[in-house]
Amino acid sequence: MIEILAGGISTTVQDTGRHGHYHIGMPPSGAMDPYAHAVANFLVGNDEGAATLEMTYQGADIRFTEPGVIALAGATMDGELDGESVPMWEAIAVDAGQELSLEFAVDGTRTYLAVAGGIDTEPVMESRSTYTLVGIGGHEGRTLEAGDELAVGEATHDRGALVGRAVDDDHVPSYDEDTVRVVLGLCDYRLTDESREELCSAEWTVAADADRVGYRLEGPDMEFESREQPFGAGPDPSNVVDLGYPVGSIQVPQQPIVLMQDAVTGGGYATVGTVISADRGLLAQRRTHQSVFFESVDVDEALDARAERREALDKVATSLSVDVD
Amino acid sequence: MAANSITPKDLPEPRYEHGGDDHIFVELDQEMSFDANFRAMAVTQQLRERDLPGVTEICPANASYLLRFEPEEIGPNELVDEVKAVAADTDISSYEWETRIVDFPVLYQDEWTHETLMRFRENHQDPDATDLEYSAELNGFDSVDDFIDAHTGSPHMVTMVGFVPGLPFCFQMVPREEQIEVPKYVQPRTDTPSRAVGYGGAFTAVYPVQGAGGYQLYGRTPVEVLDVDQELADFEESMVFPNPGDILNFRRIDREEYDSVREAVEDGSFEFDTATVEFSPEEFFADPHGYNEELKEVLYG
Repeated sequence: MIEILAGGISTTVQDTGRHGHYHIGMPPSGAMDPYAHAVANFLVGNDEGAATLEMTYQGADIRFTEPGVIALAGATMDGELDGESVPMWEAIAVDAGQELSLEFAVDGTRTYLAVAGGIDTEPVMESRSTYTLVGIGGHEGRTLEAGDELAVGEATHDRGALVGRAVDDDHVPSYDEDTVRVVLGLCDYRLTDESREELCSAEWTVAADADRVGYRLEGPDMEFESREQPFGAGPDPSNVVDLGYPVGSIQVPQQPIVLMQDAVTGGGYATVGTVISADRGLLAQRRTHQSVFFESVDVDEALDARAERREALDKVATSLSVDVD
Repeated sequence: MAANSITPKDLPEPRYEHGGDDHIFVELDQEMSFDANFRAMAVTQQLRERDLPGVTEICPANASYLLRFEPEEIGPNELVDEVKAVAADTDISSYEWETRIVDFPVLYQDEWTHETLMRFRENHQDPDATDLEYSAELNGFDSVDDFIDAHTGSPHMVTMVGFVPGLPFCFQMVPREEQIEVPKYVQPRTDTPSRAVGYGGAFTAVYPVQGAGGYQLYGRTPVEVLDVDQELADFEESMVFPNPGDILNFRRIDREEYDSVREAVEDGSFEFDTATVEFSPEEFFADPHGYNEELKEVLYG
C-alpha cells in the first residue's frame, strides 16, 4: 500500500484510459502523456496498461508501507527518498516506511509515478483512470489528498531484477519542443483563408486554465467565413449543429481550445483540425504561458509519427524487458 | 392543413474528414434535420453490427457521426472505404426501430435555474428579461405559458448524447416551421445547476451535473440522466439513461410533484415511466402531430 502525505496541486490515478463509451459522453481519461506513463510502467516491470499516479506541476509526498520498486518519468521533479536524492527515468528500490518527497516540475507539467504491481484501485468500466467531473475511477473519483491510502497490485518480478535499470538518454523526451503537428480539416471550412493560415503560423501561449479537459491557447482571434447560419446551429458564426469532437481536436469559439483526455465529447463549436496522436502527450507537457506552434501535416505523416513513437516505446520496452529464467 | 407533414429532405453528399490519425468525422449535413439524424443513427447502427476490427468508438450525433480507431488495425482510408460501403447499403426510407417513449417531468421556472440565470444576466442577450421571456418573444409567443405549452406540446427525440456523460440533445418532433430556435448565451455561464433543462440552437439539453453551460435555462427536472453509482433501477445496465433514438415527453409539473419525485429518486425507488414503441420515420413524416398523439397514447393511455 502507499499512503499520500501531501497530494500536490492535482494528482490522480491514470492508466491508458476508458474506451468504448464516447457515444454516451464518456471521455477516455487516462494519462495525458502516454509515453511517460508507459515508460514509468516498463521500468518497474509493469504492462503499459497498469495504473500510475499522474502528478501535475507539483509532486506528491508519499509513504510506502511495504518494500517495492518505483519509477518516475515525465516532467523533471527533484525529489528525495528519506533525504536521498532520487533520479528520474530509473527504477528505484523503496523499503517499508520510507517517504518520498517531490518538488515542483522544472520542465514540463506532468510526472508519472509507477509502482511495481501497479496502483490497484477498483476499475470502473474496465479502467482505473480518474474522471473527476463525474467522480469515477481512481481513488473515489477525485484528486488525491493527504491521508488517502492506495492498494498496490502484486509485483511480477523480484526487486533485484528491476532496481537500477534506467532509460537511455536517447529515449528521454525533451519537453522544450514547442511545435505540435495537426491534421487540418473537420469544419475548417468555417475559417477564412487568412485565419486558417494564421492558425499554423501564429505563436500561441498556453492559458492558465489549461487542464485535462482542454488546453486553451491565447493568440490572435480567428475569423469565420460569413454565411447564413444553418438551421439548428445557433446564430454565432463559430456555431455548428452540435457534433462529436475528436480527442485532440481544436475548436475555435474564437481562440483555440485543444481537447485533451477528459474532453467534452461533443458540442456546437466549429472544430478545425486535430493534434496528431503522437504529439498529444507533448502538448500536455507544455506549461502555462509557454508557446505552442501548430504545424500542418497530412494523414500519412501523422501515421508515420504514430508508428515512430510506437517503435520508440517498443525499443524501451525491449531494452527493459526482464529476463525470466 | 399544409404544414402538418414533414417533407423528407435530400441530403448533400456526406463529407468524410480525418480527425488526426485516429478519428474519422462524417458530416451528413450542415443543418439539422430528422433525415440527417436518422441517417446518422442508421449508419452507425450498421457499423456497430459490422464490428470492424480496430474501431473503438462509434458515436452518432445530430447531423454527423464520429468514429475512433486503432490505425495499427485498420488504416484511415481503408476505414473510410468500409464506411462508404456500409452507407451505400443503408436505406432509411423503410427503416424502423424499436425505441422507448419516456415521461420526463420538468418544473419550469424553478427557483434554482432562476437564481442562476439572474446571477449571469450580464452574459445574456437580454439582461432585462428571463431566459423564458426572451425565448418566448423571439419565437413569436404571446406569453411564457404559451411558450412552455409549445415546448411540452410535442415530444422530443434524443438525437445525440454527449458533451458530458449522459447529456441528451433533444430535437422536438414537429415540422420545421414549429421548431423553437434560440441562441446560446453571449458569454457561457461558469455555473449551471445539475438537472437543469436548457435550450440552445434547436435543441433541449438536460445537464447531468453542475457545471459550465451556455443554453437558455427553462427549468429543472427532479429525475436523473446520469447515475454513476447505478443505484436506480433504470441505470442497472448503464450509468447513463438516455440513448439516441429515445423519445422524451417533457411534462410540466408543479413544485409538489417535483418534491415527491425527487424524494423517490433520493430513496432509490424512482423508476421512469416508459413504453416501448416501434418508430416509423415514414409514418411520422406523413402526420407528425397525429403520430405524436399515438405515441403519447401508448405512454399514458
